[in-house]
Amino acid sequence: MELVCPAGSLPALKAAVDAGADWVYLGLRDETNARNFAGLNFDAAALAAGLAYAHAKRRKVLLALNTYPQAGTWERWMRSVDLAATQGVDAIIVADLGLLDYAHRTHPGLELHLSVQGSATSHEAINFYQQKFGVRRAVLPRVLSLAQVEYAIRNTAVEIEVFGFGGLCVMVEGRCMLSAYACGDSPNTMGACSPARAVRWEETPAGLESRLNGVLIDRYAPGEHAAYPTLCKGRFEVEDETYYAIEEPASLNTMELLPEFVRMGVRAVKIEGRQRSPAYVSQVTKVWRRAIDAALAEGAQFAPRPDWMAELNRHSEGSQQTLGAFSRPWK
Amino acid sequence: MKLLQMLPEAPPAHMLALALNAGLCMGLVSRGSLELLAGKSVALEASDLGTRVRVAYDGERFRAQAGGASAGPADLTIRSTSAGFLSLALRREDPDTLFFTRRLVMTGDTELGLVVKNALDAIDWSRLPLPRRPAAP
Repeated sequence: MELVCPAGSLPALKAAVDAGADWVYLGLRDETNARNFAGLNFDAAALAAGLAYAHAKRRKVLLALNTYPQAGTWERWMRSVDLAATQGVDAIIVADLGLLDYAHRTHPGLELHLSVQGSATSHEAINFYQQKFGVRRAVLPRVLSLAQVEYAIRNTAVEIEVFGFGGLCVMVEGRCMLSAYACGDSPNTMGACSPARAVRWEETPAGLESRLNGVLIDRYAPGEHAAYPTLCKGRFEVEDETYYAIEEPASLNTMELLPEFVRMGVRAVKIEGRQRSPAYVSQVTKVWRRAIDAALAEGAQFAPRPDWMAELNRHSEGSQQTLGAFSRPWK
Repeated sequence: MKLLQMLPEAPPAHMLALALNAGLCMGLVSRGSLELLAGKSVALEASDLGTRVRVAYDGERFRAQAGGASAGPADLTIRSTSAGFLSLALRREDPDTLFFTRRLVMTGDTELGLVVKNALDAIDWSRLPLPRRPAAP
């Protein structure tokens, strides 16, 4: 089972490699990836340096081209696929059907991974991507229960990757337009949910307020844990009550499920957080490397060590963790 | 009253501007990555010390600015504790981790905050032959 870790900068990539990631995934400095934030990500020089560093240590690099090409600028997505192929990126993560088709036809040797944003939740969908575009691996949307993950794995030859740790959103994977409601941009079109240019934080007598293009998302009392300023994690007034009307901020942590992942044949576990700093990447990657090695050695006897869980909890949004849909007992 | 509060704020602001300019000169930080910061001011406040330093970037270099209340708010204000700033500088802590637990607050232009944070994150200290540099924890 492989460990797939995020990098938003060259130092983060080095931190991930040094801490034991098998794969590092990253994006370019534009809207072709879903973490299109000012100053984040890789230009061509940083990509070349990152590839050299990872390959010298026999690790692999994934380029995320996981947004949807837009009319007028779709060539940017195609040129990014070409760049990946010519630079020697080990695989690309793609969500869009047209882009998968382009990559498959133009660069048949380039390994393709289906992005979580492609939202393939059944083995039929996954096998379709394999037959049409030669997709080698699929990242499963975070809406499936453990039993559903196992059923998909049993019915496909495509490698299955699941999310292991990191921020959660409403998981309307590949279709979320919530932030566009407030500011016109969505993660799947221009690569950022709640783009920073539209976000304002303000200290007021009532508390710390976050706003997206003027829309009040939340107001935090002194000492209350804060969350990313996204609409899905805001508190809103609904019939005279103010509460998390969509979802409560939390992080996914599936470490206790590792023996199940191993038994089912999950091929890789992914860590979220390309927007985070090298310190996060290093600390979280180290913990997961130890955990995966222990799970492979100990099998069903494996249990997460309390110090690992404490370390992960420190980094969690909302400072609480959940198993998400994996633990759902109903079908 | 703490000693630091009695000191004028200009020296630390000058030190910060010097350090940032040195980073630009050595190519650790690319001017291209700071484009959005041109013509803007950034203030750092250490809440436990009651100190505030303010610098402005003109597109070429950083300059210290008077940061008193009369100067009005900076385009971006980052507030943390001295321990918080130190752990960020040494790359021991992730800013989002501090932010979730309210140990770091950023007010003003949020996009400038990302520019600053990501420019600092992208510094590859391994390119400097320093005897002691911020290490990956």
